[in-house]
Amino acid sequence: MHRTGELYGHYQTLGQQKESATLGMWIFLATEILFFGGLFMTYTVNRHTYPDVFAFSSRTIDLKWGAINTVVLIGSSLTMAMSVWSAQVGKKKLVTTFLILTLILGSVFLGIKGVEYHAKYVEHHIPGSNYDLYYCTSNPDACGLNGKALEDEKRELADLTEKVGGPVAVNSHSQLFFSLYFGMTGLHALHMIVGAGLLLWLIIESMKGRFTPQYNTPVENIGLYWHFVDIVWIYLFPLLYLIDRH
Amino acid sequence: MQSQLPIYPEQASNFAPQVDSLMTFLILASAFFTIAITAAIIFCFLKYHRKGTNDIGAPIHGDMRLELTWIIVPFILAMGMFGWGAVVYVDYRHAPQDTLDIYMVGKQWMWKGQQPNGRREINELHVPVGRDIKLILASEDVIHDFFVPAFRVKMDVVPGHYNTMWFRPTRTGRYHFFCSQYCGTNHAVMGGWVTVMEPSDYAAWLSGSTGEDVNPVIAGEKLFAEKACSTCHLSNGTGRAPSLNGVYGGSVHLADGSNVTADDAYIRESILVPSAKIVAGYQPLMPAFQGQLTEEQIMSLAAYIKSLQSQPVPATGAGVTAPGKK
Amino acid sequence: MSTTPPKSPGHQMPEEHYLNATYGIRSWLLTTDHKRIAWLYLMGVTFFFSVGGIFAGMIRVHLLTPTGFLVTPETYNKLFTMHGVAMVFFFLIPSIPAVLGNFLLPLMIGAKDVAFPKLNLLSWYVYITGGCFVLYSFATGGLDTGWTFYTPLSSVYSNSAVAPAVIGIFINGFSSILTGLNFVVTIHTMRAPGMTWFRLPLFVWAQYATSIIFILGTPVIAITLLLAGLERIFHLGFFNPALGGDPILFQHLFWFYSHPAVYIMILPAMGVVSEIIPTFARKPIFGYTFIAASSIAIAVIGFFVWAHHMFLTGESTYAALAFSLLSYLVAIPSAVKVFNWTATLYKGSISYDTPMLYALGFIGLFLIGGLTGLFLACLGLDIHIHDTYFVIAHFHYIMVGGAIMGYLGGLHFWWPKITGKLYPEFLARVAAVTLFIGFNLTFGPQFILGFLGMPRRYHNYPPEFQVLNVLSTAGASILAIGYLLPIAYFTWSVRYGRAAGPNPWPATGLEWTTASPPPTENFDVTPVVDWEPYDYKNRPDLGLAAPVAPLAPAHGDD
Repeated sequence: MHRTGELYGHYQTLGQQKESATLGMWIFLATEILFFGGLFMTYTVNRHTYPDVFAFSSRTIDLKWGAINTVVLIGSSLTMAMSVWSAQVGKKKLVTTFLILTLILGSVFLGIKGVEYHAKYVEHHIPGSNYDLYYCTSNPDACGLNGKALEDEKRELADLTEKVGGPVAVNSHSQLFFSLYFGMTGLHALHMIVGAGLLLWLIIESMKGRFTPQYNTPVENIGLYWHFVDIVWIYLFPLLYLIDRH
Repeated sequence: MQSQLPIYPEQASNFAPQVDSLMTFLILASAFFTIAITAAIIFCFLKYHRKGTNDIGAPIHGDMRLELTWIIVPFILAMGMFGWGAVVYVDYRHAPQDTLDIYMVGKQWMWKGQQPNGRREINELHVPVGRDIKLILASEDVIHDFFVPAFRVKMDVVPGHYNTMWFRPTRTGRYHFFCSQYCGTNHAVMGGWVTVMEPSDYAAWLSGSTGEDVNPVIAGEKLFAEKACSTCHLSNGTGRAPSLNGVYGGSVHLADGSNVTADDAYIRESILVPSAKIVAGYQPLMPAFQGQLTEEQIMSLAAYIKSLQSQPVPATGAGVTAPGKK
Repeated sequence: MSTTPPKSPGHQMPEEHYLNATYGIRSWLLTTDHKRIAWLYLMGVTFFFSVGGIFAGMIRVHLLTPTGFLVTPETYNKLFTMHGVAMVFFFLIPSIPAVLGNFLLPLMIGAKDVAFPKLNLLSWYVYITGGCFVLYSFATGGLDTGWTFYTPLSSVYSNSAVAPAVIGIFINGFSSILTGLNFVVTIHTMRAPGMTWFRLPLFVWAQYATSIIFILGTPVIAITLLLAGLERIFHLGFFNPALGGDPILFQHLFWFYSHPAVYIMILPAMGVVSEIIPTFARKPIFGYTFIAASSIAIAVIGFFVWAHHMFLTGESTYAALAFSLLSYLVAIPSAVKVFNWTATLYKGSISYDTPMLYALGFIGLFLIGGLTGLFLACLGLDIHIHDTYFVIAHFHYIMVGGAIMGYLGGLHFWWPKITGKLYPEFLARVAAVTLFIGFNLTFGPQFILGFLGMPRRYHNYPPEFQVLNVLSTAGASILAIGYLLPIAYFTWSVRYGRAAGPNPWPATGLEWTTASPPPTENFDVTPVVDWEPYDYKNRPDLGLAAPVAPLAPAHGDD
């Protein structure tokens, strides 16, 4: 088993090893773009087919949490980049510090996602046998809806129902939205969990002082991965949260 | 029935000779290249077969002129194939104006046909020779495909969509039709017969309806009243919704400024998801009937609306843009 | 007839090589040696080929009579589906890249291994895991959706074991992606000194183009099948019109990968042919740059033609015109290859060894398969022949007449390098000819069946189609012999074959400069390359004579 920083047997030089690792990571990210791309394409087609239902469904997702998460994730990309820089200038302690900060911010993101998913669970917005977009207007206490917000939502939902042609259509088309919401954010969250695992490994290695200006390929490459996951969120956020917000 | 030489089906539609000519062209072009390459290979194999155990071949690396030739010549041939095929296809995809329309509904694992006067058929299609026939295809479950080899035509039948296909039978007779999109267990036996008859025989057959067949136009008219369409779509144009007189086949001016032709797909969409296209000057008030009507009911309504083609178009409140206006 | 491996003996197996360097099941299941991983894949693809082949045999027997006597309609539908899934995803797509590509790539470029050897082993385990899920699906109810999984049949109506199958194919996709990633990085960063891009063997160019498709196309089928599986399990509505979904969306997403996938299946075989022909004509390939460029062109253009599978779904006429035009464009680079291979034979010193027989068979059968693709790309013709036996004949000419013959030709060509042993030449030629004859008899009649109007995926057919079906089945029985013979004599040769020596043919690639079988680290000394590929004239080390006849001035000669 080779220790990080040493030359693997089949490479001729460390330079070749680094070049291979970096090119490998870029190609992997290209496959990820195509992977998410299929989902984005499906979303785009359905959004175009059911604009009103999608807009309404989007408004039921709490914008506040999405916005906070966006800031948190961009912040974590900053700390990640700082970690790479620290390695490049030889500040080994800072490498670890910034990696830990990145992990904390990533965990905050995941935690907030958990809060959002829980809210969707409570509101019966999770696709499946329990799904019902009308649950909240019929059980406002369970969803924490009251007063003007409740009246507004009832009215909008009634308008939507009449326009689209009945509650069955509203439920199936909005279930499409939420399927894609959970699919896209879920896949993204999965990637973040994997990223968190990679960060943990990096933290352990950096505490052993492995990353130097001469050798910091893992930090750089995992940084690339982390930035990519961030960029996917930058696209997800407006597509899912910001449709038709007044 | 089947031709004596069993390598192509008989030609029984206007498209058959076109498709067969195209086929002949491609076979000749392919045969030319196949024979040429095979002959070249056999020639080289015999002439240049190794004599001495240690012999090597001549170190020829390439020839730009040859490369360009065998890029450009195939390209030109390919464009010819593309062009001719495109012409036939575009013709096929654009049915002529005056067609005899027959509805075919595919479901696992049978075909239900409905003639213009309401006469129904199961796994059979009767058509008159020499008329342009348009089939309007719908599915009740999975994707099917209606294929008549003797006519050289087919079209997928997709749930949630209307597809249309047209042809003009040129010979009387009985011809196979097949389902040709895999649709489950009995896909292979979901076929039947197309019977092409002389126009007089067809008319006689058509009027031999049994009592339970209902003229779809009459059924559609009843449904139009039952579902309260008539409360908004007043024929004199004074209602909350445009008059449907003369709509079918005409040009409709929409609220977003565009114009569409009111074809079968437009009629269907306007019933199922009316908010998709709002007529200019009207409010989006119509409820959507998606999920509330069977395919047969939609067809009846469409048949009724089409029958209003010849009704007088009101000066104001018409669904269709009168000729002369923008 | 002259055969290339010299009759006189005198070669010994090297004492230590990659096969005997370490022993025991762990040394194989935990290996990171690309050559051993190639063997692991060889076992896997041969297994799935046998599974798919048995299903094919049952299909052909059943179709001997118009009403079918062997199996019920439900079973028949499962047979053709499982035949397609096993063959496409678990045999054709991995075969040449994962077996021959894995073994040869580092050797051809002068490297010790691929860029990520552990990832390479992981790819194989992912392949096996995916395969297990699919086998589970086959064993617990089978699969009857067609390998194309069209919705809503697959996601709503089918009563077969769809979910484990799509999960298995999803997992298997990552095997492809990782292999493609590995190959691209290897080719970019691991070339020996002096091995410039235009000195690379054409097999490497072919692998590179194939890997681009692996990387960019496979993720899309992964997400598509994931969505279809979710729709089936959780009753969601992406592709189900009753819930507002669109079945045509599935087809677009599915074919966006599955069309480029067919280029994954054929490009490596073309690469093999590009190696075999110069070797057995003993002269450089004609038009090296054009063949290399055409591989890349096919990979790129191949991403833009997918909707030619959908001309009759009701898609817009404009879309149909665009996709038909592009489909004709993608044919041009393939034609360029065929012309260049044929021109290579001119003034060659040609022998009839088995690899050459397979390569020439490839050219002829790929020519027919490719030309009949032009029939299908022709919009006016497709109206008639879409979804008929014409399509089946077309793609079997390419996949069996093309890809499998390329695979078998490559196995024969590199068998001495992989095992250090020679296969029995006479028996091999008999098998090659048997395969060629059996294949044509099986699939030739199907073109006619298709034009006559027999649709695909039919367990029953009108009686007038019987004669052609019987001919086809007769051919299949001959074809089966053509497949069984190599399995038998290859196995025999590993134990009893004559030692091959480092370069029996001889050929000019780097892989032939090391021992047969090679040592674990491939080369004792890292090679430094200063010769052009297929350069028989300037390779005295091969022990061959100068060309006998004086050369006429050849155009474009450098």
